Amino acid sequence: MDENLLDRREAVAVLLRDRGDLLVACGLGSPSYDVHSLGDSDANFYLWGAMGGAALLGLGIAQARPDRTVLVVTGDGEQLMGLGGLATIGVARPSNLVVVVLDNERFGETGLQGSHTGRGVDLAAVASGCGFAETRTARDLAGVEAMRAALHSRTEGPRLFVLKVRPVNLPRSLPPRDAVHLKNRFRAHLGLPVS
Amino acid sequence: MSTDTTGPAWPAELHRLLKAAGVGHMSYVPDAGHSSLIELFEADPDVVSNMLTTEEEGVAIAAGAWLGGQRSVLLMQSSGVGNCINMLSLPAIGRFPLLMLVTMRGEWAEFNPWQVPMSRATKPALQAIGVRTYCADTPEELVETVEAGAALAYEADQEVAVLMSQRLLGRKRW
Repeated sequence: MDENLLDRREAVAVLLRDRGDLLVACGLGSPSYDVHSLGDSDANFYLWGAMGGAALLGLGIAQARPDRTVLVVTGDGEQLMGLGGLATIGVARPSNLVVVVLDNERFGETGLQGSHTGRGVDLAAVASGCGFAETRTARDLAGVEAMRAALHSRTEGPRLFVLKVRPVNLPRSLPPRDAVHLKNRFRAHLGLPVS
Repeated sequence: MSTDTTGPAWPAELHRLLKAAGVGHMSYVPDAGHSSLIELFEADPDVVSNMLTTEEEGVAIAAGAWLGGQRSVLLMQSSGVGNCINMLSLPAIGRFPLLMLVTMRGEWAEFNPWQVPMSRATKPALQAIGVRTYCADTPEELVETVEAGAALAYEADQEVAVLMSQRLLGRKRW
Protein backbone atom coordinates (compact mmCIF):
# COMPACT_ATOMS: atom_id res chain seq x y z
CA MET A 1 0.00 0.00 0.00
CA ASP A 2 1.24 3.45 -0.87
CA GLU A 3 1.55 5.32 2.45
CA ASN A 4 2.06 8.52 0.48
CA LEU A 5 -1.56 8.53 -0.62
CA LEU A 6 -4.13 10.60 1.24
CA ASP A 7 -6.00 9.52 4.35
CA ARG A 8 -9.61 9.89 3.15
CA ARG A 9 -11.04 11.21 6.43
CA GLU A 10 -8.26 13.75 6.80
CA ALA A 11 -8.67 14.84 3.19
CA VAL A 12 -12.46 15.23 3.45
CA ALA A 13 -12.01 17.18 6.70
CA VAL A 14 -9.74 19.62 4.89
CA LEU A 15 -12.11 19.90 1.95
CA LEU A 16 -15.14 20.64 4.14
CA ARG A 17 -13.43 22.88 6.71
CA ASP A 18 -15.51 26.06 7.20
CA ARG A 19 -17.87 24.78 4.53
CA GLY A 20 -20.14 27.79 4.71
CA ASP A 21 -23.31 27.39 2.66
CA LEU A 22 -22.15 24.40 0.59
CA LEU A 23 -24.85 21.88 -0.25
CA VAL A 24 -23.40 18.35 -0.17
CA ALA A 25 -24.59 15.17 -1.91
CA CYS A 26 -22.77 11.92 -1.13
CA GLY A 27 -22.44 8.76 -3.19
CA LEU A 28 -23.17 5.48 -1.46
CA GLY A 29 -20.63 3.78 0.77
CA SER A 30 -17.43 5.16 2.22
CA PRO A 31 -17.70 8.73 0.86
CA SER A 32 -20.94 9.19 2.81
CA TYR A 33 -19.32 7.76 5.96
CA ASP A 34 -16.39 10.16 5.51
CA VAL A 35 -18.66 13.20 5.19
CA HIS A 36 -20.89 12.03 8.07
CA SER A 37 -17.86 11.48 10.31
CA LEU A 38 -17.32 15.25 10.32
CA GLY A 39 -20.77 15.80 11.83
CA ASP A 40 -24.20 15.51 10.28
CA SER A 41 -25.87 18.46 8.56
CA ASP A 42 -29.32 19.20 7.16
CA ALA A 43 -27.49 20.41 4.04
CA ASN A 44 -26.13 16.88 3.39
CA PHE A 45 -28.03 14.32 1.32
CA TYR A 46 -26.60 10.80 1.55
CA LEU A 47 -27.34 8.13 -1.03
CA TRP A 48 -27.53 4.52 0.16
CA GLY A 49 -28.17 3.17 -3.34
CA ALA A 50 -28.88 4.61 -6.82
CA MET A 51 -25.28 3.83 -7.76
CA GLY A 52 -24.04 6.07 -10.54
CA GLY A 53 -26.49 8.83 -9.63
CA ALA A 54 -24.62 11.01 -7.13
CA ALA A 55 -23.13 13.54 -9.55
CA LEU A 56 -26.48 13.74 -11.39
CA LEU A 57 -28.40 14.30 -8.17
CA GLY A 58 -25.91 17.11 -7.62
CA LEU A 59 -26.62 18.47 -11.10
CA GLY A 60 -30.34 18.65 -10.34
CA ILE A 61 -29.71 20.50 -7.06
CA ALA A 62 -27.24 22.84 -8.76
CA GLN A 63 -29.69 23.70 -11.55
CA ALA A 64 -32.52 24.30 -9.09
CA ARG A 65 -30.33 26.45 -6.83
CA PRO A 66 -27.85 28.38 -9.01
CA ASP A 67 -27.17 30.68 -6.04
CA ARG A 68 -25.56 27.86 -4.01
CA THR A 69 -22.46 25.78 -4.65
CA VAL A 70 -23.17 22.04 -4.71
CA LEU A 71 -20.44 19.61 -3.74
CA VAL A 72 -20.80 15.95 -4.66
CA VAL A 73 -18.54 13.58 -2.73
CA THR A 74 -18.40 10.12 -4.23
CA GLY A 75 -16.11 7.19 -4.93
CA ASP A 76 -14.39 5.90 -8.05
CA GLY A 77 -16.68 2.88 -8.35
CA GLU A 78 -19.81 5.00 -8.01
CA GLN A 79 -18.62 7.52 -10.60
CA LEU A 80 -17.53 4.77 -13.00
CA MET A 81 -21.11 3.49 -13.01
CA GLY A 82 -22.27 6.93 -14.13
CA LEU A 83 -19.60 7.82 -16.69
CA GLY A 84 -22.21 8.97 -19.22
CA GLY A 85 -23.46 11.43 -16.62
CA LEU A 86 -20.18 13.32 -16.92
CA ALA A 87 -21.10 14.01 -20.57
CA THR A 88 -24.54 15.21 -19.46
CA ILE A 89 -23.01 17.48 -16.80
CA GLY A 90 -20.40 18.74 -19.28
CA VAL A 91 -23.16 19.78 -21.68
CA ALA A 92 -25.32 21.29 -18.90
CA ARG A 93 -22.33 23.40 -17.77
CA PRO A 94 -23.40 24.26 -14.20
CA SER A 95 -20.87 26.71 -12.76
CA ASN A 96 -21.92 25.83 -9.21
CA LEU A 97 -21.27 22.06 -9.26
CA VAL A 98 -18.08 20.42 -8.01
CA VAL A 99 -17.74 16.62 -8.13
CA VAL A 100 -15.10 15.20 -5.79
CA VAL A 101 -14.08 11.58 -6.36
CA LEU A 102 -12.39 9.85 -3.43
CA ASP A 103 -10.40 7.44 -5.58
CA ASN A 104 -8.95 4.43 -3.78
CA GLU A 105 -8.88 2.43 -7.02
CA ARG A 106 -11.08 -0.13 -5.26
CA PHE A 107 -14.68 -1.19 -4.75
CA GLY A 108 -14.49 -0.71 -1.00
CA GLU A 109 -17.93 -1.89 0.09
CA THR A 110 -17.63 -5.28 -1.58
CA GLY A 111 -14.17 -6.27 -0.39
CA LEU A 112 -11.72 -3.77 -1.87
CA GLN A 113 -11.58 -5.40 -5.28
CA GLY A 114 -9.60 -3.36 -7.80
CA SER A 115 -11.49 -0.85 -9.97
CA HIS A 116 -10.87 0.56 -13.43
CA THR A 117 -9.05 3.60 -12.05
CA GLY A 118 -6.29 1.29 -10.86
CA ARG A 119 -5.99 -0.09 -14.36
CA GLY A 120 -5.45 3.12 -16.27
CA VAL A 121 -8.83 4.90 -16.35
CA ASP A 122 -8.38 8.56 -15.39
CA LEU A 123 -11.66 10.14 -14.24
CA ALA A 124 -10.22 13.66 -14.35
CA ALA A 125 -9.24 13.11 -18.00
CA VAL A 126 -12.73 11.74 -18.75
CA ALA A 127 -14.31 14.84 -17.16
CA SER A 128 -11.96 17.08 -19.08
CA GLY A 129 -12.94 15.32 -22.30
CA CYS A 130 -16.60 15.88 -21.39
CA GLY A 131 -16.07 19.63 -21.25
CA PHE A 132 -15.66 20.21 -17.51
CA ALA A 133 -14.22 23.68 -16.89
CA GLU A 134 -11.61 22.49 -14.43
CA THR A 135 -10.20 19.19 -13.23
CA ARG A 136 -7.60 18.53 -10.55
CA THR A 137 -5.96 15.48 -9.06
CA ALA A 138 -4.51 15.60 -5.53
CA ARG A 139 -2.17 13.11 -3.92
CA ASP A 140 -1.26 15.24 -0.89
CA LEU A 141 -2.92 17.64 1.56
CA ALA A 142 -1.48 20.69 -0.17
CA GLY A 143 -3.40 19.64 -3.26
CA VAL A 144 -6.58 19.21 -1.20
CA GLU A 145 -6.10 22.66 0.38
CA ALA A 146 -5.93 24.13 -3.11
CA MET A 147 -9.15 22.30 -4.02
CA ARG A 148 -10.83 23.66 -0.89
CA ALA A 149 -9.92 27.20 -1.90
CA ALA A 150 -11.20 26.56 -5.43
CA LEU A 151 -14.49 25.21 -4.05
CA HIS A 152 -15.40 28.60 -2.70
CA SER A 153 -14.92 30.40 -6.00
CA ARG A 154 -16.86 30.04 -9.24
CA THR A 155 -15.65 28.97 -12.68
CA GLU A 156 -17.32 28.99 -16.08
CA GLY A 157 -18.54 25.41 -15.75
CA PRO A 158 -18.51 22.20 -13.74
CA ARG A 159 -15.42 20.89 -11.96
CA LEU A 160 -14.22 17.42 -11.04
CA PHE A 161 -11.53 16.85 -8.46
CA VAL A 162 -9.91 13.45 -7.89
CA LEU A 163 -8.36 12.68 -4.50
CA LYS A 164 -6.08 9.65 -4.56
CA VAL A 165 -6.73 8.00 -1.18
CA ARG A 166 -5.37 4.93 0.59
CA PRO A 167 -7.40 1.74 -0.01
CA VAL A 168 -8.45 0.99 3.55
CA ASN A 169 -11.89 0.54 5.05
CA LEU A 170 -12.16 2.77 8.11
CA PRO A 171 -14.70 2.41 10.95
CA ARG A 172 -18.08 3.36 9.54
CA SER A 173 -19.83 6.56 10.53
CA LEU A 174 -23.36 5.74 9.44
CA PRO A 175 -25.67 8.49 8.15
CA PRO A 176 -29.46 8.22 8.50
CA ARG A 177 -30.91 5.72 6.03
CA ASP A 178 -34.42 7.17 5.83
CA ALA A 179 -34.47 8.97 2.47
CA VAL A 180 -37.75 10.75 3.22
CA HIS A 181 -36.19 12.22 6.36
CA LEU A 182 -33.07 13.24 4.44
CA LYS A 183 -35.19 14.81 1.69
CA ASN A 184 -37.43 16.71 4.05
CA ARG A 185 -34.65 18.14 6.19
CA PHE A 186 -32.68 19.17 3.08
CA ARG A 187 -35.72 20.97 1.66
CA ALA A 188 -36.51 22.53 5.04
CA HIS A 189 -32.92 23.76 5.19
CA LEU A 190 -33.58 25.57 1.89
CA GLY A 191 -36.88 26.97 3.17
CA LEU A 192 -38.99 24.70 0.95
CA PRO A 193 -42.28 23.03 1.93
CA VAL A 194 -41.79 19.44 3.11
CA SER A 195 -45.20 17.95 2.46
CA MET B 1 -52.93 12.30 -35.69
CA SER B 2 -53.99 15.71 -36.84
CA THR B 3 -54.15 16.36 -40.57
CA ASP B 4 -52.54 19.74 -39.96
CA THR B 5 -49.19 19.76 -41.76
CA THR B 6 -47.62 21.50 -38.78
CA GLY B 7 -48.20 18.36 -36.70
CA PRO B 8 -50.53 17.46 -33.88
CA ALA B 9 -51.59 19.98 -31.26
CA TRP B 10 -50.84 17.89 -28.19
CA PRO B 11 -47.14 18.77 -27.79
CA ALA B 12 -48.03 22.44 -27.33
CA GLU B 13 -50.88 21.46 -25.00
CA LEU B 14 -48.52 19.36 -22.86
CA HIS B 15 -45.97 22.18 -22.78
CA ARG B 16 -48.65 24.61 -21.65
CA LEU B 17 -50.15 22.39 -18.97
CA LEU B 18 -46.77 21.30 -17.58
CA LYS B 19 -45.75 24.94 -17.26
CA ALA B 20 -49.07 25.61 -15.55
CA ALA B 21 -48.27 22.74 -13.16
CA GLY B 22 -45.07 24.52 -12.17
CA VAL B 23 -42.58 22.48 -14.18
CA GLY B 24 -39.39 24.48 -14.65
CA HIS B 25 -36.99 21.67 -15.42
CA MET B 26 -36.87 18.72 -17.84
CA SER B 27 -34.56 15.96 -19.04
CA TYR B 28 -34.75 13.84 -22.17
CA VAL B 29 -33.12 11.33 -24.42
CA PRO B 30 -33.78 12.41 -28.01
CA ASP B 31 -36.86 10.68 -29.41
CA ALA B 32 -39.02 11.04 -32.52
CA GLY B 33 -42.34 10.91 -30.65
CA HIS B 34 -41.24 13.57 -28.17
CA SER B 35 -39.42 15.75 -30.71
CA SER B 36 -41.90 18.66 -30.79
CA LEU B 37 -42.27 18.79 -27.01
CA ILE B 38 -38.48 18.66 -26.60
CA GLU B 39 -38.12 21.58 -29.04
CA LEU B 40 -40.72 23.59 -27.13
CA PHE B 41 -38.93 23.04 -23.82
CA GLU B 42 -35.48 23.71 -25.25
CA ALA B 43 -36.70 27.00 -26.71
CA ASP B 44 -38.31 28.00 -23.38
CA PRO B 45 -36.05 30.37 -21.42
CA ASP B 46 -37.93 29.60 -18.19
CA VAL B 47 -37.21 25.87 -18.30
CA VAL B 48 -33.84 24.18 -17.69
CA SER B 49 -33.45 21.33 -20.20
CA ASN B 50 -30.94 18.48 -19.98
CA MET B 51 -29.99 16.10 -22.77
CA LEU B 52 -29.11 12.73 -21.25
CA THR B 53 -26.86 9.92 -22.44
CA THR B 54 -29.16 7.35 -20.79
CA GLU B 55 -32.54 7.65 -19.16
CA GLU B 56 -31.66 6.75 -15.56
CA GLU B 57 -29.60 9.92 -15.35
CA GLY B 58 -32.85 11.87 -15.54
CA VAL B 59 -34.29 10.02 -12.55
CA ALA B 60 -31.40 11.18 -10.35
CA ILE B 61 -31.46 14.69 -11.82
CA ALA B 62 -35.20 15.01 -11.15
CA ALA B 63 -34.67 14.00 -7.50
CA GLY B 64 -31.91 16.61 -7.18
CA ALA B 65 -34.11 19.26 -8.76
CA TRP B 66 -36.85 18.47 -6.21
CA LEU B 67 -34.34 18.74 -3.36
CA GLY B 68 -33.58 22.22 -4.68
CA GLY B 69 -37.23 23.18 -5.13
CA GLN B 70 -37.80 22.57 -8.85
CA ARG B 71 -40.43 20.39 -10.52
CA SER B 72 -38.87 18.27 -13.24
CA VAL B 73 -40.37 16.13 -16.01
CA LEU B 74 -38.57 13.25 -17.72
CA LEU B 75 -39.17 12.34 -21.37
CA MET B 76 -38.13 8.98 -22.79
CA GLN B 77 -39.01 6.09 -25.05
CA SER B 78 -40.20 2.73 -23.70
CA SER B 79 -36.79 1.13 -24.31
CA GLY B 80 -35.35 3.67 -21.86
CA VAL B 81 -37.58 2.49 -19.03
CA GLY B 82 -35.43 -0.62 -18.80
CA ASN B 83 -32.38 1.56 -18.24
CA CYS B 84 -34.04 3.30 -15.29
CA ILE B 85 -34.95 0.46 -12.98
CA ASN B 86 -32.30 0.60 -10.27
CA MET B 87 -32.21 4.41 -10.25
CA LEU B 88 -35.97 4.40 -9.59
CA SER B 89 -35.07 3.11 -6.11
CA LEU B 90 -34.25 6.71 -5.24
CA PRO B 91 -37.69 8.28 -5.83
CA ALA B 92 -39.37 5.10 -4.57
CA ILE B 93 -37.63 5.03 -1.19
CA GLY B 94 -37.46 8.82 -0.83
CA ARG B 95 -41.05 9.45 -1.94
CA PHE B 96 -39.80 11.94 -4.50
CA PRO B 97 -42.25 13.27 -7.09
CA LEU B 98 -41.46 11.91 -10.54
CA LEU B 99 -43.36 12.45 -13.79
CA MET B 100 -42.19 10.35 -16.73
CA LEU B 101 -43.71 10.72 -20.21
CA VAL B 102 -42.93 7.53 -22.10
CA THR B 103 -43.46 7.12 -25.84
CA MET B 104 -44.23 3.48 -26.61
CA ARG B 105 -42.51 1.43 -29.28
CA GLY B 106 -42.99 -2.19 -30.15
CA GLU B 107 -46.76 -2.37 -29.71
CA TRP B 108 -48.56 -0.96 -32.81
CA ALA B 109 -47.48 -1.23 -36.46
CA GLU B 110 -43.91 -1.76 -35.25
CA PHE B 111 -41.34 -2.71 -37.88
CA ASN B 112 -38.40 -3.41 -35.56
CA PRO B 113 -38.68 -6.67 -33.61
CA TRP B 114 -35.98 -5.51 -31.17
CA GLN B 115 -38.43 -2.95 -29.76
CA VAL B 116 -40.94 -5.62 -28.79
CA PRO B 117 -39.40 -7.24 -25.67
CA MET B 118 -38.94 -3.96 -23.78
CA SER B 119 -42.36 -2.83 -24.94
CA ARG B 120 -43.84 -5.87 -23.20
CA ALA B 121 -41.77 -5.21 -20.09
CA THR B 122 -42.36 -1.46 -19.79
CA LYS B 123 -45.56 -1.41 -17.74
CA PRO B 124 -44.80 -4.43 -15.49
CA ALA B 125 -41.26 -3.19 -14.82
CA LEU B 126 -42.48 0.27 -13.79
CA GLN B 127 -45.22 -1.21 -11.62
CA ALA B 128 -42.81 -3.68 -10.03
CA ILE B 129 -40.67 -0.85 -8.66
CA GLY B 130 -43.65 1.21 -7.56
CA VAL B 131 -44.23 3.67 -10.39
CA ARG B 132 -47.92 4.20 -11.12
CA THR B 133 -48.65 3.85 -14.84
CA TYR B 134 -51.34 5.39 -17.02
CA CYS B 135 -51.89 4.67 -20.71
CA ALA B 136 -53.05 7.25 -23.23
CA ASP B 137 -54.37 6.20 -26.65
CA THR B 138 -55.77 9.50 -27.92
CA PRO B 139 -54.61 13.13 -27.75
CA GLU B 140 -57.57 13.96 -25.50
CA GLU B 141 -56.68 11.17 -23.08
CA LEU B 142 -53.04 12.18 -23.14
CA VAL B 143 -53.65 15.80 -22.17
CA GLU B 144 -56.09 14.84 -19.42
CA THR B 145 -53.81 12.10 -18.08
CA VAL B 146 -50.66 14.22 -18.01
CA GLU B 147 -52.54 16.94 -16.16
CA ALA B 148 -53.79 14.45 -13.58
CA GLY B 149 -50.40 12.73 -13.40
CA ALA B 150 -48.63 16.01 -12.76
CA ALA B 151 -50.94 16.73 -9.83
CA LEU B 152 -50.42 13.25 -8.40
CA ALA B 153 -46.65 13.49 -8.78
CA TYR B 154 -45.95 17.00 -7.53
CA GLU B 155 -48.77 17.40 -5.02
CA ALA B 156 -49.01 13.85 -3.64
CA ASP B 157 -45.30 12.92 -3.89
CA GLN B 158 -45.89 9.99 -6.24
CA GLU B 159 -43.90 8.45 -9.08
CA VAL B 160 -46.02 8.49 -12.22
CA ALA B 161 -45.42 7.31 -15.79
CA VAL B 162 -47.76 8.21 -18.64
CA LEU B 163 -47.35 5.64 -21.42
CA MET B 164 -48.14 7.28 -24.76
CA SER B 165 -49.32 4.57 -27.13
CA GLN B 166 -47.66 4.02 -30.46
CA ARG B 167 -51.10 4.27 -32.02
CA LEU B 168 -51.34 7.84 -30.76
CA LEU B 169 -47.87 8.69 -32.05
CA GLY B 170 -48.39 7.16 -35.48
CA ARG B 171 -46.49 4.69 -37.59
CA LYS B 172 -42.80 5.41 -37.83
CA ARG B 173 -41.71 6.44 -41.34
CA TRP B 174 -38.21 5.43 -42.31
